[in-house]
Amino acid sequence: MIQGKFVDNLPKVYGLYTGGFIVFILIMAVFEAMGMSASTIGILFVAFTIFIYAAIGWLSRTMAVDAYYVAGREVPTVFNGMATAADWMSGASFVAMAGGIFFGGHPYMAFLTGWTGGYVLVATLMAPYLRKFGCYTVPDFIGTRYGGNLTRFFAVVVLVIASFTYVTAQINATGTIASRALQIPFEVGVWFGLLGILLCSMLGGMRAVTWTQVAQYIVLIIAYLIPVFWISNNLGVGLFPHLSYGSAVSRITELEALHGLGMAATESFAGLQNLKVAHAFIPEGGAAAWKFISLAICMMLGTASLPHILMRYFTTPSVKSARKSVAYSLLFIFILYFSAPALATLSKLAMLDPELATGIIGKSFADVSSLSWIQNWSNVGFLAISDSNGDGILQINEFFLRPDVVVLATPEIAGLPYVISGLVAAGGMAAAMSTADGLLLAIANALSHDMYYKIIDPLADTKKRLIVARVLLIVIGALGAFIASLKLTSILGAVAWAFDFAMSGLFFPLVLGIWWKRANRAGALAGMFFGLVSGTAYLIYVAPAFMGNDPWMGIDNLRFGIIGASVSLVAMVVVSLMTEEPDEATQKMVDETRVPAGQPIIAQKQ
Amino acid sequence: MSSKYEAHWKDTSSLTMITLLLWFFFSIVVHAFGSSLNSISFLGFPLGYYMAAQGSLLAFVIIIFWSAGRQEKIDEKHGFDEKE
Repeated sequence: MIQGKFVDNLPKVYGLYTGGFIVFILIMAVFEAMGMSASTIGILFVAFTIFIYAAIGWLSRTMAVDAYYVAGREVPTVFNGMATAADWMSGASFVAMAGGIFFGGHPYMAFLTGWTGGYVLVATLMAPYLRKFGCYTVPDFIGTRYGGNLTRFFAVVVLVIASFTYVTAQINATGTIASRALQIPFEVGVWFGLLGILLCSMLGGMRAVTWTQVAQYIVLIIAYLIPVFWISNNLGVGLFPHLSYGSAVSRITELEALHGLGMAATESFAGLQNLKVAHAFIPEGGAAAWKFISLAICMMLGTASLPHILMRYFTTPSVKSARKSVAYSLLFIFILYFSAPALATLSKLAMLDPELATGIIGKSFADVSSLSWIQNWSNVGFLAISDSNGDGILQINEFFLRPDVVVLATPEIAGLPYVISGLVAAGGMAAAMSTADGLLLAIANALSHDMYYKIIDPLADTKKRLIVARVLLIVIGALGAFIASLKLTSILGAVAWAFDFAMSGLFFPLVLGIWWKRANRAGALAGMFFGLVSGTAYLIYVAPAFMGNDPWMGIDNLRFGIIGASVSLVAMVVVSLMTEEPDEATQKMVDETRVPAGQPIIAQKQ
Repeated sequence: MSSKYEAHWKDTSSLTMITLLLWFFFSIVVHAFGSSLNSISFLGFPLGYYMAAQGSLLAFVIIIFWSAGRQEKIDEKHGFDEKE
């Protein structure tokens, strides 16, 4: 059913799939009512969804180059939008974002602005032109536009550094969720997660990843929205919380004053955070505004340079649909992102409001410590409460939580049935797996297509190329899982770094390749090289894990791309102007890239 | 290159300029004044908070759909749309 007419039947196939998934949720709810244990429900949710993805991956297997690298360029606009949304929304978006807003307040929401605003750049500066170019990978564009194996090689290097930083964080997230849901050690969970990821992508490449990502989007968006709507109605915030949670925001501001937010905690727990930042407060002054804006800039330029996102727009049937597809991608992403602050608000309200049954702050310490969700999460070290001042009441500075469990724990905090927690675990798994899939494929494709086929062995036949691609996929995945199992970085730190690396090395070489005819090979080489090197050098200079120096103008280790991209721009323009302008054939190629009509620039040689 | 390409690129560039100005306003200018906007109430939200939580995001979605529609018209006008 996947072959041939599959593309024409997409709405029907995914409609049935969505219906089937909802039936599965209802069956689980019935099982829960019949007394099935919470852990069995969790296991069934995660196992069932992974089984479906693996089945899609198996049905989409292919030995055709076009299908493997660009899904045969036949993915319809709206479905590519869904696949991109799943590709995009990672474990960080699903699991960590609402928690970040919960503890970080307004400054943290710079990620929301950055991770959506970047799509305006993708839509106007990049996607339609790269689609017209007809490349298989992002380095394919750089290598063809500027010419030469060295340019292609530099692009591959930037891609691998950025994507690998990112994929490690995703495998880490799949490991965390798998280990919680299936009750296996984290180190085993990481390898289990990798197995699921490889089952989706190995046999069918981009085609398999596309159709599993659509399936994963459906799971993750259902899993994110159901708790938001349910909790909102439980707390009386309104039927459609996104429009009406303003009242909850102002109620939280009152409660923060009531509970005395801002009193320093007298104890601390490793990895856990205490509520310190006021929910809706925006710090005054230029420095605070610059902090917000500079982070948003890094995330936006990074979005527009991350190869695993750009390559999704190589799969649409036309330039026009690539452009529209960016719009749909952002619409589908928006649905989750504008729910994240709502979830953070509702979760906080449930906890802080003493008039609600779910409120815990200001309640008797003995009562709170006997709650089952408090016990469950403190048993695994993700939560702690301590009656520091000994007054027998839980104060706001006596409650500690790990930020990235807010989404996973909220259904329990708000007293929803366990079936919802199982659903949320499956959603988090879908988000982390879909992003890991896209990233692994981006790396393996760049290495197999650009390094192996274009640089090392241009005479390799189709079968050999696709075998090399798959072997690389396994090797890179295994390397990622190994590094993830060492637990070196937090999920969010690694994610922000990936954006900074990508914008340092790739943003200007990509944009100027389309928008500035005068940009030439020497300029692109200088842009990629000095951008990446200066960005990395600055990262080493400021990152607390390395030299830990004071940031210059507030540009800390999450924002080092500002340095890298600026250097990249200057180096690229100066060197391009100092050297000869590109030949006429290249200039004509740029003209052709700029119009949708006509043949792709890279002729299909298959 | 013929004037047909140049005319198309001129229209495309101006549309891109307008789109990027809107983008700049909602991604940067609005958030530069977040603290002052917060004293205004919008739908029950402090406006600065609202723009970061929903407003800018919604604006980006609308900007991209609008810009894609305009670009299609430009391509058609200059005869560069794809024949399907």
